[in-house]
Amino acid sequence: MQTPTLVVVLLALMALAFHLGRRRSFTVATRCGGIKALHSLPSHYGTLTAMWCAIPAAIVLFVWVAFEPTVIEHLVVGALPADYRALPAERLSLVINDVKNMVSGNVVSRDPDPAMRAAAAHYQNLERISAAALSVVVLAIAIGGVSIGWRMVSPRTRARNKVEIVVKYFLIISSTVAVFTTLGIVLSVLFESIRFFGRVPISEFLFGLNWSPQTAIRDDQVGSSGAFGAIPLFAGTLMISFIAMLVAAPIGLFSAIYLAEYATPRVRSIAKPLLEILAGIPTVVYGFFAALTVAPFVRDTGNAIGLEVSSESALAAGFVMGIMLIPFVSSLSDDVINAVPQSLRDGAYALGATRSEMIKQIVLPAALPGVIGGLLLAVSRAIGETMIVVMAAGLAANLTANPLDAVTTVTVQIVTLLVGDQEFDSAKTLAAFALGLLLFVVTLALNIVALHVVRKYREQYD
Amino acid sequence: MTDGKLITGAELAASGSWHGSPQTQRRLRKRQAAEKRFRAYGLVAILMGVSFVALLFFDIVAKGWTAFMQTHIQLEVTYDPEVLGIADSGDTQALSRANYTGMVKAAMRKTFPNVSGRRAKRALYGTVSSGAGFVLRERMMANPDLLGSTEKLWLPADDDIDMLLKGHIRRDAPESDRRVSDQQIAWVEQLEQSGQIRKQFNTTFFTAGDSREPELAGIRGATTGSFYTLLVTLILSFPLAVAAAIYLEEFAPKNRWTDIIEVNINNLAAVPSIVFGLLGLAVFINFFGLPRSAPLVGGLVLTLMTLPTIIIASRAALKSVPPSIREAALGMGASKTQMITHHVLPLAMPGMLTGTIIGMAQALGETAPLLMIGMVAFIVDVPGGPLEPATVLPVQIFLWADSPERAFVERTSAAIMVLLGFLILMNALAVVLRRRFERRW
Repeated sequence: MQTPTLVVVLLALMALAFHLGRRRSFTVATRCGGIKALHSLPSHYGTLTAMWCAIPAAIVLFVWVAFEPTVIEHLVVGALPADYRALPAERLSLVINDVKNMVSGNVVSRDPDPAMRAAAAHYQNLERISAAALSVVVLAIAIGGVSIGWRMVSPRTRARNKVEIVVKYFLIISSTVAVFTTLGIVLSVLFESIRFFGRVPISEFLFGLNWSPQTAIRDDQVGSSGAFGAIPLFAGTLMISFIAMLVAAPIGLFSAIYLAEYATPRVRSIAKPLLEILAGIPTVVYGFFAALTVAPFVRDTGNAIGLEVSSESALAAGFVMGIMLIPFVSSLSDDVINAVPQSLRDGAYALGATRSEMIKQIVLPAALPGVIGGLLLAVSRAIGETMIVVMAAGLAANLTANPLDAVTTVTVQIVTLLVGDQEFDSAKTLAAFALGLLLFVVTLALNIVALHVVRKYREQYD
Repeated sequence: MTDGKLITGAELAASGSWHGSPQTQRRLRKRQAAEKRFRAYGLVAILMGVSFVALLFFDIVAKGWTAFMQTHIQLEVTYDPEVLGIADSGDTQALSRANYTGMVKAAMRKTFPNVSGRRAKRALYGTVSSGAGFVLRERMMANPDLLGSTEKLWLPADDDIDMLLKGHIRRDAPESDRRVSDQQIAWVEQLEQSGQIRKQFNTTFFTAGDSREPELAGIRGATTGSFYTLLVTLILSFPLAVAAAIYLEEFAPKNRWTDIIEVNINNLAAVPSIVFGLLGLAVFINFFGLPRSAPLVGGLVLTLMTLPTIIIASRAALKSVPPSIREAALGMGASKTQMITHHVLPLAMPGMLTGTIIGMAQALGETAPLLMIGMVAFIVDVPGGPLEPATVLPVQIFLWADSPERAFVERTSAAIMVLLGFLILMNALAVVLRRRFERRW
């Protein structure tokens, strides 16, 4: 049986088990004086039986599927002739790839010799055996589970409590997924980064001024020794984020002030969702807009007034990123401004302040920590933003302060280093993980600071 | 006091009152002007924001609406056994391998009998799409009796001709500046006069997979890939997020471990999406050996990405259920699990579903992490399942935006319109759900 079919059969068995357990509880109950003699509801007995049927079988199925390829590969390698097994690791993995390709009927990189044909046949055979064994084992466990569940149905079994314990464990495990995700991110990025820093010293990475990640494939190649100084990337990222904030901060902040303090409820109910449309637009759309509309416009305008503008200028990418961040800044600022107590406003009015004086001298200072927190979150968003810069900023790692030049960013480099096929141990690919680690750490720090500022501020008035 | 001059008592006495004094009035005017200015700043900011929205939509629609029409050329094609190289119409293999391109060329030569010379002929053949042969092949495979017959068919034109007719290539530009030669324009004009060239609805765009030829490229492969990816995401993220939210809201004791989980969820929501791509690459592809470019891996990565969004929304929904309902259920003898599954969950479900739809919309528009796990491959076939190589709609947009052909610009915009259409639909659904089922207690 194929694995998907097996899953479907398992689900069907589970439904059957529920039904059986529930029916069984009725039968048991009639023998000892009606349903009220049971400890739990009939559906609890049904669920318990279904759990006994499905959970052990599902665990076995998962473990089997996860380890099957490794085990089969190991067995196939073990059965290869000795001269193949003596090959160095990379060559051997090529051979195994060819065997796998032969099994799945793909094009093979060279003419298969008899030994490889035999290995392929062996592979196929093992796969067949494994699939058959898996079906038998899983179904046996499932049916065994049903019989255990069936036997457990009795007035004294605390079926409800057992079911609820399992449910609770499921809830606990689900809630830890977020923790494991963070752990997974940290470990996967850190692990590869450490390997990278084994080849390129960390000081060179953090403080080097030269970035050209093309490494030579052969030792005798010229001019591509690879340089991994990430300063130009940091400079580019900061410049684009700065331009973005120059656009987003004033527009977002003033929109928030207007919406919170001046706008009538009607205007607010129209303008706020309209602005928030900007937050729902996918970043790839912004990237397209930046690359095909804004960048040519910036270039043509620049050329018309006699400036030399690169067609992938930092200005265009930063400007469009700023547009993307407007709703982010405005809705966060709107929240903090609304959280300023009305009594402060009333006090300012009573002293004769006009509305703008009240806003400038009372509301904004009171909301300042929250606003700054919001701006920091926006900066972290800008640093981590990928698609706009991939499509509209350049690849050239220029160290420049001119916003009309092409610059590159950390995220652009991660994408260019990792898109496409690549071996997993060259300094080039590992560099992407080092950049990823840096990105993660910086955005995490910004977020923590921002959330801390926002939360601390909120406590003042609640 | 901005005037920097204090009003003396004598002046005050002369003017009669504070309010009437010219200094006060001047200052008042100044303050009111400042007030107006400040208000105008706010208004301008909002108008700018809204005009960016308008500009964005206008730009995309203006660039993309023409992609829904495609230029077709009417040709009289003859299913000539000699040109096709088929002896027997019952032989399926011969039918599928036959020289349909030769048939199209023959038809072009028949329409323009005066063209001679290799280069001129090449240019002539270039006005019809290189995929025109596939159209004929499909017709022939469906109905082998066509062999030997002649019929009039509308075949797709080459993308450059398409651009010419849509006005994206200017006819009055110097010949060296455009991709269409004077000769080709003359042929097109001849076809226009005889009514043999027209624009018709571009069905290919919705039924085909990706292609290097703009006139043959479509979004069906990408939308199917997006569908499978979102399906995986939904199946995994909804139960996990709801379970996590229930645990954190209803069961979790207030201790350090729960705090760690909470902080983690909030931070994950702000981690750049590309970092999730790195995680997917390192863990799912390199460590677990799952297939590259598969919607399954894409779905897993997007699940991890959307989980925080859905958990936060679900927790808010659970919080909004009043405690009295819980107490009533417990008072009637329900266990805690029964209280949650029978009373709290049904009441919180609309809010959770709204959060899930918003999370799904976010996942649908996500591009960067999918680039990391190899969903950028050029894939012509429409994927048949979550384990087959696929690409998704936003990545297709990214790929097309990189293509140099002018015709891909309008197709990219059209694909963006389709993507935005889906997103608007999902968000509208979320709003409707919220309006109809949200209860205020």
